[in-house]
Amino acid sequence: MNVNIIIQQVINFLQLGSIYALCALSFTMVYGVARLVNFAHGSIFGVSMYVLFFASTFLFERIKSPWFVYVIVLIIASVVTSLIALLLESAAYKPLKNAPKIAVVVSSVGAGMAIQYLILNLAGSKALRMPALIPNLRIELAGIPVPLYKIMVIVIAILTMVILNVIIKGTRLGVAMRAVSQDRIAAGFMGIDTGRVVSASFVFGAVIASVAASLYGTAYSIFAYDVGEGIIWWSFIAAVLGGIGSISGAVLGGYIIGAISIIAPILLPVSSYKDIVAFAVLIIVLLVKPTGLMGKKDIEKI
Amino acid sequence: MTKKNYSTGKNEFLWQLAILLAITLTLIALKEMRLVSTSFLLILQYIGIYAILTLGINIVNGYLGVFSLAHAGFMAIGAYVSAYLSKYFFTDITMFAVSIMAGAIAALLVGILVAIPSFKTKGDYLAIITLGFSLIVQSLLQNARFVGASKGLNNIPKFTNIYWVFGCLLFAVFITNRFVRSKYGRSMQAIREDETASNLVSVDVRKIKTIAFALSAFLIGISGALIGHLLGYTSPSAYGFVNIVDGLVMVYLGGTGSIVGSIFGSAAWQLIVQLLKQLDTWRWVVGGILLIFVMVFLPKGVFGNMELDDLFRIIKEKINRKEPGRGIRNG
Repeated sequence: MNVNIIIQQVINFLQLGSIYALCALSFTMVYGVARLVNFAHGSIFGVSMYVLFFASTFLFERIKSPWFVYVIVLIIASVVTSLIALLLESAAYKPLKNAPKIAVVVSSVGAGMAIQYLILNLAGSKALRMPALIPNLRIELAGIPVPLYKIMVIVIAILTMVILNVIIKGTRLGVAMRAVSQDRIAAGFMGIDTGRVVSASFVFGAVIASVAASLYGTAYSIFAYDVGEGIIWWSFIAAVLGGIGSISGAVLGGYIIGAISIIAPILLPVSSYKDIVAFAVLIIVLLVKPTGLMGKKDIEKI
Repeated sequence: MTKKNYSTGKNEFLWQLAILLAITLTLIALKEMRLVSTSFLLILQYIGIYAILTLGINIVNGYLGVFSLAHAGFMAIGAYVSAYLSKYFFTDITMFAVSIMAGAIAALLVGILVAIPSFKTKGDYLAIITLGFSLIVQSLLQNARFVGASKGLNNIPKFTNIYWVFGCLLFAVFITNRFVRSKYGRSMQAIREDETASNLVSVDVRKIKTIAFALSAFLIGISGALIGHLLGYTSPSAYGFVNIVDGLVMVYLGGTGSIVGSIFGSAAWQLIVQLLKQLDTWRWVVGGILLIFVMVFLPKGVFGNMELDDLFRIIKEKINRKEPGRGIRNG
């Protein structure tokens, strides 16, 4: 293997890892604050893909500046998915506040199923090709040609993570989110409107999922109605691997899953064995450290 | 639970047996006298098979209170082992019981292994490990040449008929009922309520969890064996997310920790799926919304921790205008 291929593979790994990391982040935001494994999240990712597709094909015919279009469609997709996430929260999750935890999970499974097949019925089952949201130029990196869009995917992903980190660490809302995540009842006593913070976490999850969807569309372009399913299971696994609810854990888990997906097919005879490797890594990690790599140890009070 | 004396327990069991026998006899009449169409008979067989699956899931997810997603893997093992045996070795229908048993026992042995992670991990983490198990089984089957890789096994002899299905269901109900009422079953429910406390009163948590997983896998293996011989083929794609979600829906729709609930849940969901068939792909939209509605209005499912006699008692109390106080036994 020469240097050229290795660099290409490293870039592929960073690209895939960044997308998984962002998806895992969006998943973990809702889990950390609302304590809910949101199985409908994949469908929100799928909605985001379709909104991006239709909005960008519409706008590219009229506006020539690609970056401007990218920002506009990203905003549209974020708004639409946020509204859907809020609707889901108030219709399917809030009424179950006092119900057993599993009821909410089943309800989210139902919501995810309904949305996914709604997409299928409205947009058809045909695979679509996303327009190039990020202009594709080739640049030379130390004499090796590298497509610009791959670099931009990585940059945008890392930028999003940094912005999110600033919001969580610095702003009032971020502090409130961390407080609710630590202890919802105590946070309520401190005058935090926990309901609004939980809603905010759903909006955050939807917006990050939209960014991730735009990057996924740029990187892999072809998608169908069930696009959210695969990606969200893997990001769920990434989030659990890193320690669900932990932001740095989600990023770490995302890059680990990305690395396995790129490295395993090179070393193994059959490419689909990568799933088995990923799950084997996950199971071993959880057996050694039951709360994931970066997860805080949950002390059980009796 | 403690206030129930044994005679009512026995009565209840006899009642359930009587009801099931009556149902089975009706089914025999339906089949032999051709009172209903063959497609309806097929739906009844689906209901029976999925009821066995749901009972199996209910042992771990309902009675033991562990959120497991391993059922797709167990079902795949049961289906593949039995299908392989009856395709290549036991090609005669008289040996069908042997291949069902072999599939179920293979699933049971794997179930013992899957119980090990549940000793240490809990909740969402265990859910993801068991999900991983299911998907690893699927992925291995997709790559195993000798069972047809992603095409799966075809031309499996179609041994399954309505007698086998309901015979197995009866057997499953009998085993589950006996197990839940045994010492182990009560320990299992103690673990569900409080693992630490039950450990302190010398419940052997590891042993009970292993037994529960093994029995659950055994029943799910039976359902897998039956469905393989009903359809005549089995392929890895049948044991993925759709199967996992289907199983969960039936358990939580019918209600956890309830035998009647398992049967009701599978019957209701299969009927809904069949009734919505003319809606084509819209049926999954309607089904999903229906699921949200059920969870919002009946968060414990229709028969959450209740059996038929509990329901009768509640109705009786309602009629007598008493307070329906002890409606739910274990919650």
